[in-house]
Amino acid sequence: MTILTQLKEQITAQLPKLDMVIGWERGYDALHATPLFMRSVEDVERLQIGPLAVHNTATYLTGLKNKKVGLVVKGCDSRAVIQLQQEGLINRENVVVFGFPCDGVVDLTKLRHHIGDIGRVKEVKASSSELQLTLDGQEQQVTLADVLADKCTRCRFPNALVHDHFAGAPREAHAASDDYADVQAFESQPLEARFEHWKQEMSRCIRCYACRNACPMCVCRDHCVAQSRDPHWVTQEDAVREKWLFQVIHAMHLAGRCVECGECQRACPVDIPILALKRKLNKEIKEVFNHDAGVDPNAIPPLLSFQVEEENINERGW
Amino acid sequence: MSALAGKELRIVGFLCNWCSYGGADTAGVGRFSQPTDLRIIRVPCSGRINPLFVAKTLLSGADGVLVSGCHPRDCHYAEGNFYARRRLEVFKRLLPTMGIDPDRFEYTWVSASEGQRWQKVVTTFTEQIHKLGPAPRFGLAHEQNPATAAAC
Repeated sequence: MTILTQLKEQITAQLPKLDMVIGWERGYDALHATPLFMRSVEDVERLQIGPLAVHNTATYLTGLKNKKVGLVVKGCDSRAVIQLQQEGLINRENVVVFGFPCDGVVDLTKLRHHIGDIGRVKEVKASSSELQLTLDGQEQQVTLADVLADKCTRCRFPNALVHDHFAGAPREAHAASDDYADVQAFESQPLEARFEHWKQEMSRCIRCYACRNACPMCVCRDHCVAQSRDPHWVTQEDAVREKWLFQVIHAMHLAGRCVECGECQRACPVDIPILALKRKLNKEIKEVFNHDAGVDPNAIPPLLSFQVEEENINERGW
Repeated sequence: MSALAGKELRIVGFLCNWCSYGGADTAGVGRFSQPTDLRIIRVPCSGRINPLFVAKTLLSGADGVLVSGCHPRDCHYAEGNFYARRRLEVFKRLLPTMGIDPDRFEYTWVSASEGQRWQKVVTTFTEQIHKLGPAPRFGLAHEQNPATAAAC
C-alpha cells in the first residue's frame, strides 16, 4: 500500500468527526499544487502528496480556530503546528494531524532556472529521486536534488514531529545539523554590498504582502503594522525604505518563532530572498538562547520570556 | 549648530522615564559637558521600545541610536528591561545582515543618580558614531524605485 492510499484511508476514517481536512491537490497546471479542503469522501480522492505539495497547511489553522480541522503535514508544517500550540494560538484538541515522511519539495523558481518557461510543462510524474516532465511533446528528466527547495536540503525534520496518524515509515533526515553556511556566506560580503543588495531586492517588492499572508506565524490579521493607520508606522509610499522596514519588522516578529517553512519566499511573486533574514535571526536565537522554534510544544519562545541573569548576553558595560 | 552643517551627526536616544532620563537630567544639573548630537525621546520604560522604533529611526536617516533604561533588576515596572534586553540584543545581531554597522545601535543601563555615567555613555557613543561617519541612506522616494525614476 502506498503512503498516499494509506493517508486517504486514515483521512476517510476520521472525516466524519471533523469539519474539514486540509491537504493538497493538483492546481491549474501539472506543476502547481493547490491547497485542498476535504469535506467529503469524494474530496479525499483528489488528495495529492509528493514534491509538488509545497504549501504549509498550518497557515489556515488560526483562521479556523473554532472548527475541528484535520491537517496533512510535512515535517516543516508540523513544526508550525507545534509553534502555534506553544503560543496558545490554537487549541490542539481541535486539530488532527496526519503526518507522512517528506522527501522534500520542488522550488519552482529553481525549476524555471533549470528548464526555462515552466508553463510549457503539461504532465509531471514524480518519483522519490526525479521528476519526469512532459513538455513540448517530449519527456525530460530532472533530478529532484537539483530543484529541491533549499530548506529541504538542510531539513532535519522530514517526518511530522507531532502527529495523530502517520502514513508510511519515517525517513531519515536530509541533514543532521544546520550550520547556517548561507548566512555566513552572505555576511562575508562588505557591509555596503549587503545594504545595496537589500536596496536592490526591495526595490522590486510590490507590497502585495503575499509573504505575510503565506506565513503560518503571522497572526495579527487586521492589526498588522503594515496596514495599521493608528499608529501609522509604515506609510503607503512605494519607497524602498517602507518595504524594507516592513520586512525587518516581519523578521523581528518571527524571531524565535520562525520554523523556516520558507512559505514567505515561495509566495513572493518577484522572488525576493527574504528567508535569509529569518535564517539569520534563527541562527542568533540558537546561539543566544539555544532555542529551536517548533520542536517542543512545551517550550516558551525566547522573546516571550527572560532570565534575570542572561547566560549569553554580554551586558554592555562600555 | 545644525546637524546639517556637517559637524554633528544625527543620534537618537530612547531613554526610560524612570532612570536614564533622570540620569541625563542629573548630568545636566551637574553641568557635565556632553556632546550635543543626541536627541532624546522619553519613553515610559525600555520595555516600551519595540525594535521597530530603532529600525524606523535607522532607516529614516539617523546615524546612530542609543537605548538606555534602568539597570536590570531596578526596573520601575519590575521586568520591562528584562524583555527589552532580549529583544534589543536580537535586533542588534540582525543589523549586520541588513547591511548596517551594529555599532550604530547600542543599548545600555543608566540609573537616575548616575549623571557621571550618563556623561560617559553619551560621549563614548557619540565618538563611536563619529568614527563610523554618516549612515548609508536611501535616496528620495522617486530615486529609490528604478521604475518610477525612469518615469520622472
